[in-house]
Amino acid sequence: MNSLDPRVTRLDLKKVAEGDVHTNSHLITWEVFHQEKRGKQVVHAGIVHASTPEMALVVAKEVFGRRGKTSNLWVAKTSDVYTFPAEDEDIFETTPEKTFREPGSYKVRDRIEKFQQQHKTEA
Amino acid sequence: MNTNAIKDLLFKMADDALVIGHRNSEWTGIGPMLEEDLAFSSMAQDKIGHAQALYTILHEVLGERDRDTLAFKRQEGEFKCCQFVEQPIGEYDFSIMRQFLFDNAELLRYDMLTRSSFQQLAQLAKKVRGEIKYHVMHGDAFVRQLGNGTDESHARMQSALNVCWPLALGIFEKSELEGDLIKEGIFAGEDELKKQWLQKVSKVLTEAKLKVPAIDESKIVYGGRKGFHSEFLKPMLDEMCEVVRTDIDAEW
Repeated sequence: MNSLDPRVTRLDLKKVAEGDVHTNSHLITWEVFHQEKRGKQVVHAGIVHASTPEMALVVAKEVFGRRGKTSNLWVAKTSDVYTFPAEDEDIFETTPEKTFREPGSYKVRDRIEKFQQQHKTEA
Repeated sequence: MNTNAIKDLLFKMADDALVIGHRNSEWTGIGPMLEEDLAFSSMAQDKIGHAQALYTILHEVLGERDRDTLAFKRQEGEFKCCQFVEQPIGEYDFSIMRQFLFDNAELLRYDMLTRSSFQQLAQLAKKVRGEIKYHVMHGDAFVRQLGNGTDESHARMQSALNVCWPLALGIFEKSELEGDLIKEGIFAGEDELKKQWLQKVSKVLTEAKLKVPAIDESKIVYGGRKGFHSEFLKPMLDEMCEVVRTDIDAEW
């Protein structure tokens, strides 16, 4: 007997299991970027499935703009996003060791404080 | 200020919002895709929020009964919603076409009301306009998409439009009290609204390659604004009010 739950019946699991997946039933994916406030950075939020930019925006609003504060959403076709090949991940491997590149590594804080202290007493 | 005329306007707007909100919530869990499940559910919540705000004005400013009583304890004949909103959700093509036609009328109506001389209504209209703007964006996008989709989606949208059209024109059923609203700058009137609506929806329908059916004036489904409803409203109200009716005086 077929399930009375429409969520189950609308997906023909038997056919899917046999590998009969209609390619047209799969929409392309879009990367969604979320902006909380005007002028703030736009942050990647996730993906949606849609056929056109207009539909992608409508769906993105539902999925990523429904809760919390939103000022704007951007969508871009996943295929328009360029990335490094996954096997080249090693180019970033030693980056965490290069702490000398972080501003915290500059040992000037003591000297600045000393200067400020001096300046203050003089004034 | 003609209080009865304002009440009449607010009741039809609130009842439209409550009933379409309940209908759209019936898609929760069975939407054709997850995002549409979410979309119909969240638009339904918005609509029920609008109804709540309008019932609150009716109660606090115009001396009507409290909002829960107005929403859950009135008889079918007291409801002023148009018959369009009370129709069952049917298949998704009908629901999306109704959402498109109804929300385009809503947006234009609330737009007009942002300039209303009745302050409380103007404030509310300014506040919720953005929500309805999104509802229209949703409806327009889907109608364009499905109208230009496959032969099947196009045919389904055209037949949904044919079914919806005489019902949708019933949104603009005029009240005999309307003259006062126009004179006092409260609301520009159903005829003006219908004119703007025809212009807007015709544009999107043309983009969707759908044909507006030519129908006889006598086929337009009126009655809802005067409390005459289709056979579908009562069962819907019975379901919506089922819990409240189990203990009518319960405190929530």
